[in-house]
Amino acid sequence: MMSADPTMTYPANGSPEPVGGDRIVIPGGGPVPMVLAEAVHKSFGHLEVLKGIDMAVMPGQVAVLLGPSGSGKTTFLRCINHLEKINGGRLSVDGVLVGYRQRGEKLYELRDREVAERRRHIGMVFQQFNLFPHMTAIGNIMEAQVQVLRRSRSDARAKGMALLERVGLADRATYYPSQLSGGQQQRVAIARALAMDPKLMLFDEPTSALDPEMVGEVLDAMRDLANAGMTMVVVTHEIGFAREVADTLTFMDAGLVVETGDPREVIANPQHRRTQDFLSKVL
Amino acid sequence: MSTIEQAETDRGLPIKAVPVRHPGRWAAVAILLLLAAMAANSLITNPKWLWHTFAKYVFTDAIFQGLLRTVWITGAAMAIGIALGIVLAVMRMSPNPVVKTVAWLYIWFFRGTPVLVQLVFWAYLAQLYRYLSLGIPFGPQFLFFDVNELIPVIFAAVLALGLNEAAYMAEIVRSGILSVGKGQTEAAEALGMRRTMLMRRIVLPQAMRIIVPPTGNEVISMLKTTSLLAFVAVPELFTTAQNIYNSNYQMIPLLMVASMWYLVVTTILSVGQFYLERHFGRGVAGSRQQRAKRRLATMGPA
Repeated sequence: MMSADPTMTYPANGSPEPVGGDRIVIPGGGPVPMVLAEAVHKSFGHLEVLKGIDMAVMPGQVAVLLGPSGSGKTTFLRCINHLEKINGGRLSVDGVLVGYRQRGEKLYELRDREVAERRRHIGMVFQQFNLFPHMTAIGNIMEAQVQVLRRSRSDARAKGMALLERVGLADRATYYPSQLSGGQQQRVAIARALAMDPKLMLFDEPTSALDPEMVGEVLDAMRDLANAGMTMVVVTHEIGFAREVADTLTFMDAGLVVETGDPREVIANPQHRRTQDFLSKVL
Repeated sequence: MSTIEQAETDRGLPIKAVPVRHPGRWAAVAILLLLAAMAANSLITNPKWLWHTFAKYVFTDAIFQGLLRTVWITGAAMAIGIALGIVLAVMRMSPNPVVKTVAWLYIWFFRGTPVLVQLVFWAYLAQLYRYLSLGIPFGPQFLFFDVNELIPVIFAAVLALGLNEAAYMAEIVRSGILSVGKGQTEAAEALGMRRTMLMRRIVLPQAMRIIVPPTGNEVISMLKTTSLLAFVAVPELFTTAQNIYNSNYQMIPLLMVASMWYLVVTTILSVGQFYLERHFGRGVAGSRQQRAKRRLATMGPA
């Protein structure tokens, strides 16, 4: 199981701005993990989906979550930006607790406004893209910049066009999502998330809903992002992507982390039976 | 020439085939034309339709004024109904239990009592409360109104129709909101949007596609419901026609006058609805817009 080693150094990802107070302090004064999960529990009614997840993602790292369906990896990812509320343990992003404020020993639930404020620093890309169908590609990318960050429309447009250029879709700016292929939609969704200048990007099976020939273009966009130093947590079944791009690979099963480590190491030489079983089926 | 050669030269040419014949359609058209001719014959030759009376009143000032009043009362009542309906729908889906219950009670009450009863009630509210004041109960009053001055019958009527409509609109809007996938809300939340903003910018514009067609129904229904204003003596279109036939006893032609104008307004509204649907359908399905365009070209507005 992985522990947050404060002595390890990683490429810094810009300068992560603190959002509010309550920053946790790492003993020894090392870098603060971008994502730090300690014994995270999550239940839906009586069904316990996460049974104590420990994980740390340092700034600039790409962490891939792997595991059979129902293992809780998507749920864990959704907990990171508070789309799901955790029932136990601690979860912090860039040293700030997710969903709560701590005063002394007491935890206080955050108001909607504060949750929204923290979410805007975390980008998320969904399996089903979830582009806004009533807006064009550029409209999708401008929307939250204008409405949430209060950027001027011209600034938002310029930023949006630059991002579309980056994902290779500048010529599709005025297309509606229904006029784009799945791969193109997902790249627009990535650009939309990047427009908020996130310090962390979450990817929830970004290629699972795509036709096989479109998987590559989305993975390429993600690879570029990783090379640019973005901190990323990626739930995916793309073993090749994990091997080439990820800094850590975490294998989950039945709500627990089974093993974690260097992706090439884990893939080539899995230590646990469940990891071996899973990899033998997908490789 | 062998058959294979034949087939090769034919490759990719447009198919020339005899289309399926539809004799049933021709028979139906013939029967309908016959029935239409019989109806027209009856309308023209039976003197009791009193077409000269119809012609005399159809373009009169009194009728026009009634029509105008019908139209603006419909518009005002629907404006209240739609605005309040959206608020109620969002309230009903709120996580706040107090707000949710208030919306539920409102819909329960205004949908559960006849609109005519509500109309008459509001019109005669002045008899129940002579004065309205805003202040602390049993304490000082800050605002003071004479109800008889505040609510002339026509405004009471608009208010009654609007408040009643809001209950129905709330359910229509709610069904529209429910039709928008959860992924849309989550994507907006992940971008840092708050509830009111994501409702206004993301969910409601998409819900409009579902909301517009039944709302068109409601507008047309409201147009005709305004005829209930005859009960509180507001001279809208039907009341005006009624007033005329009460004095000249020529009921049928005047009912025809009123019906014709209701039909004219309904037709105009239907055209408006077509364009609204096309506007809110943008982006969702390009083919849908094209289908709609074809429909307009071949059949005219529905």
